[in-house]
Amino acid sequence: MTDATQDMPDASRRHASLVAVDARTERRNRAEKRFQYYGIAAIVAGILFLVMLVVAILSNGLPAFQRSVVSIDFTLTQEQFDEAESATLKTRVYTDFFIESLTARLNENGIDAEFDGKRVERILGKVGGTLRKHYRANPQDIGQPTRFDLPASSRIDRYLKGTFDRSGIGEGNRFIMPGDLDFADALKVAGVLTQSFDWNFITGVDTGVDNAGGAGIGASVLGSFMMMIVVLVLSLPIGVAASIYLEEFAPKNRFTDLIEVNISNLAAVPSIVFGILGLAVFIQFMGLPQSAPLVGGLVLTLMTLPTIIISTRASLKAVPPSIREAALGIGASKMQAVFHHVLPLAMPGILTGTIIGLAQALGETAPLLLIGMVGFVARYPDTFLGGFEGPNSAMPAQIYNWASRSDVVFTEKAWGGIIVLLIFLLSMNILAIILRRRFERRW
Amino acid sequence: MNDMRITERTTGMHETKIHAKDVNVFYGDNHAIKDVSVEIEDKTVTAFIGPSGCGKSTFLRCINRMNDTIDICRVTGDIHLDSEDIYHPKVDPVQLRAKVGMVFQKPNPFPKSIYDNVAYGPRIHGLARNKAELDEIVEKSLRRGAIWDEVKDRLDQPGTGLSGGQQQRLCIARAIATEPEVLLMDEPCSALDPIATAQIEELIDELRQNYSVVIVTHSMQQAARVSQKTAFFHLGNLVEYGETGKIFTNPEDKRTEDYITGRIG
Repeated sequence: MTDATQDMPDASRRHASLVAVDARTERRNRAEKRFQYYGIAAIVAGILFLVMLVVAILSNGLPAFQRSVVSIDFTLTQEQFDEAESATLKTRVYTDFFIESLTARLNENGIDAEFDGKRVERILGKVGGTLRKHYRANPQDIGQPTRFDLPASSRIDRYLKGTFDRSGIGEGNRFIMPGDLDFADALKVAGVLTQSFDWNFITGVDTGVDNAGGAGIGASVLGSFMMMIVVLVLSLPIGVAASIYLEEFAPKNRFTDLIEVNISNLAAVPSIVFGILGLAVFIQFMGLPQSAPLVGGLVLTLMTLPTIIISTRASLKAVPPSIREAALGIGASKMQAVFHHVLPLAMPGILTGTIIGLAQALGETAPLLLIGMVGFVARYPDTFLGGFEGPNSAMPAQIYNWASRSDVVFTEKAWGGIIVLLIFLLSMNILAIILRRRFERRW
Repeated sequence: MNDMRITERTTGMHETKIHAKDVNVFYGDNHAIKDVSVEIEDKTVTAFIGPSGCGKSTFLRCINRMNDTIDICRVTGDIHLDSEDIYHPKVDPVQLRAKVGMVFQKPNPFPKSIYDNVAYGPRIHGLARNKAELDEIVEKSLRRGAIWDEVKDRLDQPGTGLSGGQQQRLCIARAIATEPEVLLMDEPCSALDPIATAQIEELIDELRQNYSVVIVTHSMQQAARVSQKTAFFHLGNLVEYGETGKIFTNPEDKRTEDYITGRIG
């Protein structure tokens, strides 16, 4: 029995004053207070972790969106062009012209700096080649002042961001010398070397160690986008159709119970299992291409389906049966009742479930490792449709790839990639909230 | 209506609309309806009364085969509408339900506009050829449902925004928009206040002109007020069926008498 009844015969309790709080009530109040404090402590701890996470991500990742660029107005006369093109070492001549121009620019600002082609190459890469390529492709620019934005090398970039200094330069380092940093300082004072937003990080493709600073996440964003299209196109209709059938039409028997249990279990299967399944079925058995967003999308569809089915069934279940009865009572067929009345009411739940499922799939890495979507992808696909079966990477796989490389620049890129990924996830969740608000109807 | 004169109420002779013979209903192992045979007349209000769980709602739902939607439910016996067996394998329950409308215990308008609520039935059954005809059907049904004057200026507003009594009348209007021949009402007033109840009861009496109305009710006063015929169910059996006046004033069965006088139930 409950303690309340045991206390009943206690006569003193009955006549106790309402103003005086008895020991029992006091104990209960204390327990309640304690529980509230636990709750607040839990929330504070949660917020603290979140803040730490956000701070860590932003402080490590934001520099990836910045890039040091040498901007210079350069004019190449027709004679210089002819001279360079007739030389044996063409790029060398172009580099010399560039050095001339840069020296003049520095002198204008009252800076006297000595530098040679090697230094230019260490700081800015193969400038001569860039110039030659530009003037060959755009002969109309010859004789015209043309603005060149030349990305600085990753070490100079990191020097400006404060993550690299002289102590990092060892004896015989052929990538950078202490003098280069002085020169970079001079360029900065002259206003030639500036830091600007790096669009290339968002639109670019992966690069090798020789141009670590030029790596971008663009191609893998496209890869992820393609996979999401495949997932959406396959899992939404299949998932919704399966749930409607299971929830509204299927007879309730042992077989459907078994299916139900299995769907719930599938939702809990580790994603790497789906990856190896995709490898075995889609690539080895069906012969689909490796590393293709199509296969990635198929694997992620398998992973997303249980999530969509479970959330769709839950929202179908939440529609009051009186709505179904009303429709059936008027003489609607079962299908009419479902499609005219039940489904519209379940729509917000279905959409939310789908978007959450997609967001989950977007952040999934493990299955992609197994179907080869972590390769080095240094170019965009030639056509959009062709991109579905061509090799590509995905955002989380690209981040994983960068994080495992030795060059610190790539670590920074990995953090930046996380920010891009989180922005996508956040916008999907916001979309889910908006859709839910928009379609929600009271009954 | 005056329930003091129920014995003198003219019942008249109408032809039989629904003819049920030896109906048994099972919910799994539970035998919910036992050998019920009843003849329900056209243009008459028939009340089903009885204590909770006696099977009156179950029997009502047999008449438009709403029990088909429950997997474990099994119905045996014959129910004829006019002269056709409604459980004949060739009968489509969807067509049957267009002929036998139903109003439920809890008002359940669709979360759509008042207009769409009423127009839904005619639309899916193709009763209107164009918008003008549909408008006409909607207006006629709402007028018959005695709610037209209250909603005519806000047909585009959600039906769920009406009061409980209005919602129930809207549901009745929705049910009669498909031109049914029989109207089944499963405790239509149990969720309503006395004023709304009185309005619905008045409406039921008017509906009698055109339909055969079967109403399940827990309120014996209501049965006495609105019905011409009453059937008393007890533990799945149809104990007594006859003219309302006779059932309430001079019941033949002891159980009926006990229930009416409040000794069981």
